[in-house]
Amino acid sequence: MATKNAKIDVHHVTRVEGHGNILVNISDGKVEKCDWVVPEAPRFFEAMIRGRFYNEVQRITSRICGICAVGHTLASVKATEAAMGLNISKQTDRLRRILKHGENFDSHILHVYYLVAPDLVGAPSVVPLAATHTDVVLRAMRMKKLGCDWASLIGGRSTHPTKVLPGKFSKLPSEQDLLSLKENIVSIVPDVVETLKTLQSVAGNIPDFQRPTEYVGLIDTEEYGLYDGKIGCLQPDGKTLETYDVSEYRKVTNEWVSPNSTAKYTKHNHSSYAAGALSRININFEHLHPEAKKIADALGFKTPCFNPYMNSIAQFIEAVHSAYMTIKYIDELLKDGIKPENPEIKVKAGTGVGATEVPRGILFHEYSYDKDGYNTAGNCIIPTNQNHANIQNDFDKLVPELIAADKNEKEMELALEMLVRSYDPCISCSTHYLDVTFKR
Amino acid sequence: MGLPIIKPKVAFFDFACCEGCQIEVTNLGTDLAAVLGIVDLVEFREAMTETTTERIDISFIEGSFTREADRKRLEDIRNRSNIVVAYGSCATIAGINALKNRFSSEEYKNMVYGKDMNMPHLDSQEAQPISAVIKVDYKLHGCPVNRNELAKLIVDLVHGKEPFVANSPVCVECKLRETVCRYDVGDYCMGPIARAGCGAPCPADGIPCEACRGCWDHPNLDSIIEVMTKAGVPADYAKVKGEMFTHHFFKEKDKIQR
Repeated sequence: MATKNAKIDVHHVTRVEGHGNILVNISDGKVEKCDWVVPEAPRFFEAMIRGRFYNEVQRITSRICGICAVGHTLASVKATEAAMGLNISKQTDRLRRILKHGENFDSHILHVYYLVAPDLVGAPSVVPLAATHTDVVLRAMRMKKLGCDWASLIGGRSTHPTKVLPGKFSKLPSEQDLLSLKENIVSIVPDVVETLKTLQSVAGNIPDFQRPTEYVGLIDTEEYGLYDGKIGCLQPDGKTLETYDVSEYRKVTNEWVSPNSTAKYTKHNHSSYAAGALSRININFEHLHPEAKKIADALGFKTPCFNPYMNSIAQFIEAVHSAYMTIKYIDELLKDGIKPENPEIKVKAGTGVGATEVPRGILFHEYSYDKDGYNTAGNCIIPTNQNHANIQNDFDKLVPELIAADKNEKEMELALEMLVRSYDPCISCSTHYLDVTFKR
Repeated sequence: MGLPIIKPKVAFFDFACCEGCQIEVTNLGTDLAAVLGIVDLVEFREAMTETTTERIDISFIEGSFTREADRKRLEDIRNRSNIVVAYGSCATIAGINALKNRFSSEEYKNMVYGKDMNMPHLDSQEAQPISAVIKVDYKLHGCPVNRNELAKLIVDLVHGKEPFVANSPVCVECKLRETVCRYDVGDYCMGPIARAGCGAPCPADGIPCEACRGCWDHPNLDSIIEVMTKAGVPADYAKVKGEMFTHHFFKEKDKIQR
C-alpha cells in the first residue's frame, strides 16, 4: 500500500551550513508540492569587492564561507593572477595543494562525523553521542583538529587564511613545520583505520537511491582534480566526458533564475548537474592515491556511482587521498628545500577566472581590474548553487519512490533531510541568493 | 553578571554570515569536549537537530542584521535568553557585510542580480550589528573569532566572572610579540586604530591588519588616513581603505563623503 497523505515542512534543515527548507505536500497519493527552498539572507559579495585593491580581494571573498574559506581564497587569488597574467612558482603551487588538501580533509571529517554520522546511528546530533560513543567522538575531534592545524600551518588560519596572496605566500612554512605536519598526518593513520571500521558498520544504513545525472568537476594533469585543472562534465551514462577551459566556465554554469527558487540555478547539458566529492570521484577515480583506492575497495565503492547519498563515502575516500598526497608533496618540498621568494607583482588591467574544488564542489571566481589594480567587476559561482537544481530533481524522483514504499511522514522527512545533507550544502556561501516568500 | 546554576544552557544562532565562527567552535578539537563538560548545549542548528523551548542562559549570535524579516527572530532569542553574546564581527560591528553599505541598495542589487534586481522577493537592507536590533550583553569581536577567546568567554560567564574586552590598538600586541611594523617594510596597516585582543596574528603572518575587530574606543581616524597616504597609499584610496571591516566607524565620523 502506498502513502496517501503527507505534509512535510522542515524549516531550516539542521546540520547543514546555511539555511534551507523542505516543503512536501502529498494528497491522495499525489505529489502536490515537493520543493527545496533556500531562504538564506543574501550578502552581495560582488558589490563588496567593487573598487577594492587587488591584494585585499581574497581577504574579502574568503568571508563568503567559513567552511570553504581556503577554497574561496585560492579561487580568488587564481582569478586575480589570471586577470593580471601572474605566474606562481612550483613551490607556491605545491604549498597551495597541501593547503587545499588540508581544507578537504578538515571539511570532510566535519561533514562525515558531525553532520552525517548521527543519521546513520539514529541520533539527533553528535552531542548525545559524546556520552554513548565517546571514543568515536573524541576520534572525530582529533581528526578535525588535525585538519584545522594542517591548513593553518600553510595558510596561517583555516578559517579566513592570512598568508595566501596573489602570486605568492606572505610567509613560508619552515622545513621543520612541514616535517611535523607530516608526522601529525602519519600519526592519524590508526584513526583513519578506525573510521573505516565505523563506516563499514553503518554503511548498511545509507539509503539505496539511484539517479544518474551529469557530474561536473575539475580534471587535473598532475593528480586527482582538486586544486587545479580543466572543467570536466561526465554525462549521465557515466562514460562520456566533455572538457572545457576554466575561462569558458559560463558555458557550463548557464545560471538562470527559477521562478520558484531562492537561488540562481545552473544547468549544462541537462536540467541539472551535480558537483562535489561524488562528481570528482566519478570523474577522477583512477587518479586517487593507491591507499585511497584501498579504502574505496574496503567500502565496496565503485564508479560510476549514481547514488547521491554515497557522497559522504566519497568524501572519506578523498580525505584519505588528501592525507597521502600531502605526505608526497611534503617529501618533494623537503627534498628540494624551502626557498625564500619574492616575485615582482606587476599590476595591470584585465579579466580572469579562477577555479578550484572546495569540499562541496567546483567553485568559480571571475574578476576584472582596472589599470591601477582596482576591482571593477566580480562574479562568484559557488558549488552549492550548482547543486540546488540537482537536489530538486532528486526530490522529484525520490518522493514518489518513498510513497510507493509506503513510508510515513517521519521516514520521508528523514530521507529528504539526509539527501540534502549528503550534498554537504554550504548555503551561507550566499553570493547569489534570492529571498522568496512562498504562498502556501 | 553571575550565573546561579552549574551547567548553564547554551545556544548558538546565526544570521547573515559565513558561519566561520561556528566552525571555530568545532576547531577547538578535543577542547570542545571540555567546554561541553561545563555547559548544556541546547541549540546549535549547524551541528544539531535538537532545539529547545526552555529558557536559555547564554545565547551566542553570529551574523549581521540585514533584513526586516529577521527582526522577530532576534527579539524572540532576546526574550528567551538571560545573556546575549554577539560573537564574530558580523554580529558585533556588521563586519565585512557593511562593505555593501558603501552603495545604495539599488546599486548593490544591480551589481549582483542585474536584470533580476527588481524581483519583489529580493529583500536586503543595510547591514547592521545585532545591537542595532536587540540589547547585547557582551561582544566578542573578530573575523573569525579567536576560538580560545571564545572558550575563555564561556568559562568566564559560567563562573560569573566579568569577561575582559581588549581596548587598545593592535600595535600594542605587535610590539609585545616583536613583530616588525608593516609600515617599516613598505606596507600599510590599520593597526593604529584597530581593536586588539587577537594577539596580532596578521602582521606576524606578513599581511597588514585590516581591523577585523573594528576600532578601539579612541581611534584617530584622521591620522590613520594621513599615515597611510604618507606610506604611499593613493590619497583617495587611503580614505576608504579602512572600510573592509570598519565602514560604519568612518561613516559615523562622517569621514567619507559619498
